[in-house]
Amino acid sequence: MRSRWSYVYFAFYLLLGVVLLFLNNDLSKAVITLMNVIIVLVPLIGTIFGVMYYYNSQEFTELLLAQPIKRSSIFLGQYLGVALSLSMSLTLGLGIPFVFYGLFESSAIWDFSLLLITGTFLTLIFTALAFNIALSNENKIKGFGYAILLWLFLAVIYDGLFLMTLIFFEDYPLDKVSLIGTMLNPIDLSRTLILLKLDISALLGYTGAVFKQFFGTSFGLIVSFVMLTVWVVMPVLRIVFKSKKKDF
Amino acid sequence: MKHILALLAVIIMTPFTYAQTVEVCKTCPISTLSDGIAQAKDFDTIVVKKGTYKEHNVIVDKPLTIIGENYPIIDGELKGEIITIISDNVTVDGLFIINVGNSYTADYAAIRVKNSKNFLIQNLVLEKLFFGIYIEKSRDGKVFHNKIIGEAVEEYNSGNGIQLWYSKNVLIEHNFVQHVRDGIYLEFSNFCTIKNNVSALNVRYGLHFMFSNDDLYEDNTFENNGAGVAVMFSKRIKMFNNSFKENWGTASYGLLLKEINDAEIKGNTFEDNTIGINVEGSNRINYMHNTFENNGWAIKVKGACYTNSFTENNFLYNSFDIAYNSKVNDNEFDKNYWSSYTGYDLDKNGIGDIPYRPVKLFSYIVNRTPETIILLRSMFIDIIDFSEKVSPVFTPDDLLDNNPQIKKLTW
Repeated sequence: MRSRWSYVYFAFYLLLGVVLLFLNNDLSKAVITLMNVIIVLVPLIGTIFGVMYYYNSQEFTELLLAQPIKRSSIFLGQYLGVALSLSMSLTLGLGIPFVFYGLFESSAIWDFSLLLITGTFLTLIFTALAFNIALSNENKIKGFGYAILLWLFLAVIYDGLFLMTLIFFEDYPLDKVSLIGTMLNPIDLSRTLILLKLDISALLGYTGAVFKQFFGTSFGLIVSFVMLTVWVVMPVLRIVFKSKKKDF
Repeated sequence: MKHILALLAVIIMTPFTYAQTVEVCKTCPISTLSDGIAQAKDFDTIVVKKGTYKEHNVIVDKPLTIIGENYPIIDGELKGEIITIISDNVTVDGLFIINVGNSYTADYAAIRVKNSKNFLIQNLVLEKLFFGIYIEKSRDGKVFHNKIIGEAVEEYNSGNGIQLWYSKNVLIEHNFVQHVRDGIYLEFSNFCTIKNNVSALNVRYGLHFMFSNDDLYEDNTFENNGAGVAVMFSKRIKMFNNSFKENWGTASYGLLLKEINDAEIKGNTFEDNTIGINVEGSNRINYMHNTFENNGWAIKVKGACYTNSFTENNFLYNSFDIAYNSKVNDNEFDKNYWSSYTGYDLDKNGIGDIPYRPVKLFSYIVNRTPETIILLRSMFIDIIDFSEKVSPVFTPDDLLDNNPQIKKLTW
């Protein structure tokens, strides 16, 4: 099950990369378009795959649990199996067409590797979140529902609320609020991270000293990566914790 | 016979009286430029040989041609103004002028032209300066092929590279100005032409107009300045084929228009600026055949701009094409190419079948609450932009390009 779907996933990214390059004829422009795709699709696919995989292999998992294997290694193994194969598909699927197109001679290589790194992070994060949801919900339909809702919330609704907050409190200094708001959502964080690397960083620095300090230096980059790592570690810890206590 | 003799005398004497050459060098009888000027007669040529001359307050009060050989250094030792021209028909050529005095009360310049006509200033190199070439109440002159490199850091204690004040009909061509406050500054100066200059890395503006009318600037490059060009309170300025590049920063513009009427902006390239053109209170301006590429905002229109027309421009990959801060629109957008146009062309006539709305809702939001810029390229923003596009509520609903081009325009 897993391997077949990851081939499909791989083929999808391969096709996407080829088509983008074919249409754009320009590496750096393709990177920008790709960013939009990665930020929306990668979390969605990570979430759905995570939930789907968990529910599908539930019986097998129960069988495994009867064996003398540590629970944490069963579940972490499952999680890593899904997350890493998805990341592999993403990296190879997008990487191959770009490499053939002459990525290594292009200045876009850093932007592109950043794109793949954030893509991988997002896969890790959202697969972990999906596993958490699946672990907490026996009911498949509910689990799927929550997973999709989570994605919808972080990808779309969060930004809406965020925007409303900013507009509502526009009379106050908002530099810090907006930075913190970004940090709290992995999708926003990845988006900002990629924007930082593209030339738009100066545009982001257009307002306020805090912005400028944050976006203008490598400090922002480091903090963002630390936050992304936290976003991976937290749900993974919960998987371990939850799986130890759960009754099957 | 007497007349013929007199005539002969005049002919023979002419070279001596008119085209005499005075040589200035360290070991010559005349060892300073001011001495040379004192000794020279009208219309003489002074040749300054290679060497270092520590001089300031040199006043050129007769029509002379001063030529430097192998770039002699005139060192002002930071004591004040270096050369002041107060006579007509003066040419200064090939000097290396350094160390102009700094002052908060007087505008000391490397070279000042005052109340004179037909001057020619060329092939100079100016370094460590306060003001570079200062042209004051003068007319019909030419500033050609000079290189001005300052060390300006702050606006308040630095001067301008080339400054024109109450001057008329001056040609500024092929100069290279860097690291000063304003690269080229025109105040109350009409009918001037500014051509083929490169103005870069200046603290404030690459080129700056104030109360100057009927000027033309073309084929210049403005790169990496605080803001590329500021045109303020001026009429009938022509701006052709200039290149505005990389004016990045929190308050940076490629071109700033403030209270400008009847100007023509044609064939310019705006690339990688935070704001390509910032327009305020400007009327009847023709924007034609310009290319806006990779800017944060291609054009930002702030209040009171009427009857401007934007035709046949290329808008390529800008974060925002047009930003408006009001709902009123009296400007016309027609036949432009917009890279973010998503319409179709069923009748294959090269013009999109549905009009394009260059103002996005998000640009309106960012105008209101600048911090929201952090949501740039978020999916939610795409959704609200889309719904605004379908039924405009916040953005001017008559702001449309009815004939958006399908292919990038070339001229």
